[in-house]
Amino acid sequence: MTGPLLTARELSVRFRLRDSIVQAVTDASFELRPGRLLALVGESGCGKSVLASALLGLLPGNAEIRGDVRLHSGNGRSLELTTAPERVLARQVRGRRIALVPQSAATALTPVRTVRAQLTETLREIRPGGGDRGREADALAGRAGLVPDALDRYPHELSGGMVQRAVLAFALAADPDIVLADEPTSGLDRPLVDTAVDALRGLADDGRAVLLITHDIAAAERAATDVAVMYASRIVERGPAAEVFGDPWHPYTRGLLDATPARGLRPLPGHPPNLSDLPEGCAFRDRCPRRDACTGDPSLVDVPGGRSLACARPPDGAAAPMESGIDRETAAEPSGER
Amino acid sequence: MLSATGLVAGYRRGPDVLTGVSVTLEPGRVVGVQGPSGCGKSTLIRVLALLHPPRAGSLSLDGEAVRRHRYAAPAAQRRRVGVVFQHPRAAADPRHTLRRIVSAHLPPSAPPGETDRLAGLVGLTPDLLHRRPHEVSDGQLQRACLARTLGADPRYLLCDEMTAMLDASSAATLLHLLRDQVRAGGRAALLVSHDPALLDAVCDETLQWPDLQQLHP
Repeated sequence: MTGPLLTARELSVRFRLRDSIVQAVTDASFELRPGRLLALVGESGCGKSVLASALLGLLPGNAEIRGDVRLHSGNGRSLELTTAPERVLARQVRGRRIALVPQSAATALTPVRTVRAQLTETLREIRPGGGDRGREADALAGRAGLVPDALDRYPHELSGGMVQRAVLAFALAADPDIVLADEPTSGLDRPLVDTAVDALRGLADDGRAVLLITHDIAAAERAATDVAVMYASRIVERGPAAEVFGDPWHPYTRGLLDATPARGLRPLPGHPPNLSDLPEGCAFRDRCPRRDACTGDPSLVDVPGGRSLACARPPDGAAAPMESGIDRETAAEPSGER
Repeated sequence: MLSATGLVAGYRRGPDVLTGVSVTLEPGRVVGVQGPSGCGKSTLIRVLALLHPPRAGSLSLDGEAVRRHRYAAPAAQRRRVGVVFQHPRAAADPRHTLRRIVSAHLPPSAPPGETDRLAGLVGLTPDLLHRRPHEVSDGQLQRACLARTLGADPRYLLCDEMTAMLDASSAATLLHLLRDQVRAGGRAALLVSHDPALLDAVCDETLQWPDLQQLHP
């Protein structure tokens, strides 16, 4: 199968609170394809995690969801997830087609039972009936990079990196074709982050589709094949990871990369807007170095060459109708610092 | 000057976690400490913050030897050392507003507008001060925690993986604030992190963990 496993079109999620409406996700469109790892990056509180919950049908009751999210099957049929009944999501989708690697691995497991007890329970739920569950559990542990002996311990007896691998084993239990990882590396140190995202990339290389949600730019850069940058509920730039990280077009993407220690540690001016009080048009306008004479149109437009950009006044050399990479570089030369 | 010589420390009857660490903090300088998870970085912070008594070695604060720890240490010594922890959620009472969190370490003699001044210093807007921790982002809460630490006007700032939970932009903002406090405010800082790029960008000097210890474990 070469087509996408999941297609989201103009997905929007709003939360109705007592005295305000929170725009958590606005018009998000993306595809998850087998063999690809899409990293969704952005500042905390921009709506990344809500997007993951929406794909799994795990939004709270006050959420209003709009748009079209299709989960494709091999036979050409597809299931629309935003309107699918809970019974279908629970029995056919969650864990089975789309698995979640949760944010806080240590708290995702019950502290009072061994990892093995919990994993075999999960396997029993997925495939009622016979089978050597002990051996299945060992095999799963192996695939997640965990020694089988570690399964016989309690979660608190494992190191942070081992718990991370244990929850990955749970995610793989039903052999899902899509894996969502929501900030799987927060609180881990760099070598463990690298191991964790390498394992996710390995899942993509095995033919799964992976969505990695993270605020860790270095982790995204290491593992992603594609990247989508989210700002104040909208995807503002999307494309192949090497191109977006190597030559960011959206001023927000540039700002986010410049804030990393490796590229200068220059913080973005100002604060991200409140999602319950978003301005009309482009939400980045107040922080944008090029806000003068900008129309502020925030729609995400596909640019020839496989990238998409939501910027009405992109920086020089970016997203211009481009003939070749060389032209783009020379166009950027006069404003460059060298 | 906060200076530690040959610190040995551990917990209960366990083995030594610090095996002879020496480190010196001078006003106007940011010192970085880099090491892997579990190497004892946080224990070093606890000892330097007067929160954990060492088994051996000496600790001196502005020329005065530190002999007592935790609540037994003189208030004047304790107020000179401030700590910013890794997890802002765990370091802030969920029932308190950000205004109360920011003002927590202010001395009773502080002028009335001091909380607002501290909040402004770390870039917290007035509307955020009415909120409670669950209504703000990790980055905003960590700013409040830094403001709280500055409330006691400490000469020495100890930062334990202060930005590990934050996104790149929030982390950069906070590190700039810290550097300003050290450069312009005459403070000293110890920045503990596992990220060499971050330490290179911020610190005047970075110490690699095993080199700090006389006896490598």
